[in-house]
Amino acid sequence: MGIILNNISKSYANVPALDDISFEVAPGELFGLIGPDGAGKTTLFRILTTLLIQDRGNAAVAGYDVLKQYKDIRNHVGYMPGRFSLYQDLTVEENLTFFATIFGTTIEENYDLIKDIYIQIEPFKDRRAGKLSGGMKQKLALCCALIHKPKVLFLDEPTTGVDPVSRKEFWEMLKRLQQKNITILVSTPYMDEAELCDRIALITNGKILQINTPEAIIASFPKKIYKVRSSNTYQLIQDLRIYPDTHSAYPFGEYLHFTPKSEAFGPMDLSKYLEERHHKGIEVKETVATIEDTFMDLSKAQE
Amino acid sequence: MNRFIGFIKKEFYHILRDRRSLFILFGMPIVQVMLFGFAITNEINNVDIAILDHSKDVNTKEIINKIATSKYFSIKGFIDHEDEIESTFKKGKIKAVLNFEKDFSKNLVTQKKATVQIVTDATDPNTANTISNYVGSILKNYQQELNQGLNLPYQIVPQTRMVFNPELKSVYMFVPGVMTIILMLVSAMMTSISITKEKELGTMEILLVSPLNPIQVIVGKVVPYILLSIINAAVIILLSIFVFKMPVQGSLFLLGAESTLFIVNALSLGILISTISSTQQTAMMISLMGLMLPVILLSGFIFPISSMPLPLQLISNIIPAKWFIMILKGIMLKGVGLAYVWKETLILIGMTIFFIVLSVKKYKIRLE
Repeated sequence: MGIILNNISKSYANVPALDDISFEVAPGELFGLIGPDGAGKTTLFRILTTLLIQDRGNAAVAGYDVLKQYKDIRNHVGYMPGRFSLYQDLTVEENLTFFATIFGTTIEENYDLIKDIYIQIEPFKDRRAGKLSGGMKQKLALCCALIHKPKVLFLDEPTTGVDPVSRKEFWEMLKRLQQKNITILVSTPYMDEAELCDRIALITNGKILQINTPEAIIASFPKKIYKVRSSNTYQLIQDLRIYPDTHSAYPFGEYLHFTPKSEAFGPMDLSKYLEERHHKGIEVKETVATIEDTFMDLSKAQE
Repeated sequence: MNRFIGFIKKEFYHILRDRRSLFILFGMPIVQVMLFGFAITNEINNVDIAILDHSKDVNTKEIINKIATSKYFSIKGFIDHEDEIESTFKKGKIKAVLNFEKDFSKNLVTQKKATVQIVTDATDPNTANTISNYVGSILKNYQQELNQGLNLPYQIVPQTRMVFNPELKSVYMFVPGVMTIILMLVSAMMTSISITKEKELGTMEILLVSPLNPIQVIVGKVVPYILLSIINAAVIILLSIFVFKMPVQGSLFLLGAESTLFIVNALSLGILISTISSTQQTAMMISLMGLMLPVILLSGFIFPISSMPLPLQLISNIIPAKWFIMILKGIMLKGVGLAYVWKETLILIGMTIFFIVLSVKKYKIRLE
């Protein structure tokens, strides 16, 4: 009753967007699709919401086949596209009423489902949707996607362009919705949000790198990882890239994340190398891998 | 059914909140009819006329004087023979010739009746018409002056003759034409834009992932515009009747029914356009180039179809506006009933069904 994908492939004019994707989302699961822009996340959503037809493979949502039973799927899923897609010239309340009506229901009927979210935008219910802030727009869009009590909810990058506080609130809302037995497939380019999902699929260039719980994905990181800092970040990354024992080095917040090639690597070796290259304020510390580190590692391996 | 009504409600919100479109919807018809109407029935001033006086007596001199002193006319020449009338007109300056019959005063006294012919250049039929009216009223004035205190009144009979366009073919013709253009523009362009707008803003994506079926979406888009266009058609007809005194000879009910048919026809064309264009701008360009130009050029509104080269005459047959203008002219100007326009009506119905079927078939239930 969740989502099942078997060997889904899709190309646009011979450019592959999805390549042999298979996974399952269990009923009531909060499943994250994590990957950079252009990874194929939106194409995947559009196939599952019956907006696009896959070239190969088959998929089922809430027990319905995406091709043959597309009408049933359209009755039972909620979809929030990546771009804000509500009527900007309609007020908050009018938008919500409209989506309730076209799904043959009313706001009152399913109010308990959206109550937590709607309460926050209710003071602005007479404001046109186009005049809302980014976070409010997302809340309204979520309300509209939920108003018909869908079995499966598709959220395509719901937090892109939303401030950190609203993002946090948004994920708390998703967690609460999950309690109400709604299967949720959510995509995001933000790796920190991945840790809030039950399971995640790392996706890049139309291929799935790994599917697991966030904890297992982090635990699977095969190497030691160090965070490195110096007063000249630009020079630091140049120097790390020519350092003979470098496996990978990429910026991560105010640090660089560094993984060594050899098992025998010691942080002191690196500090010494950097001192020779006239770096100041050098800091090399072992750290815990994150989803992003895993992602970088896996996509490097794929190349 | 609730879904459908909800959808229509939403469409009305869109229309009523978009001030610019609303202005186009209701402002344009009024402005256009007024422009066309007043540009054509404007007053005349200092129109050049010539005199052909066969009698040269007291009365004709007095009349010529009266005309010369009125601000409407200025006499720009005297001719001696009927043969010269046409060549005078061809020079282009002179718009009318007053032709006094032989023995004008004598006839007036002996027969109590004399005739003056007003020959007008009817290439511009409205000016021609206005000129004869003005000359007629000057003659009437003079006649009243003569008749003061007389038992047996004199009668001066003006005879109007039009040269070049004796049937006054384009007077009032602008009303059917303008009405057709406006209904076409409002109905086809507005619907095609409103549907492509949903595509452009991404709301179509959500509408597709909903239980609404294509027919509900299409009909829901169209119903508000049918209502608005009917209001528009009524405004145009009322303006023509009350502001421009256009006589509507035929049945108003039939006129309304045929207009509604044409509106539905234009709307289905609009839907068809929206299925092949993905942005509002393309939809607008296609509507303007693909619909407006043929309507203006090939429908017989401005250029008579009978004087077109054969290939264009054949093409004009596939333009719905041509048939609608024929129907309108029939009902409004000739006062005919359905019995005379059933053929045109059937053609319009056929075209409408064709467009609707095609658009429902072309309507995409997915994104590609």
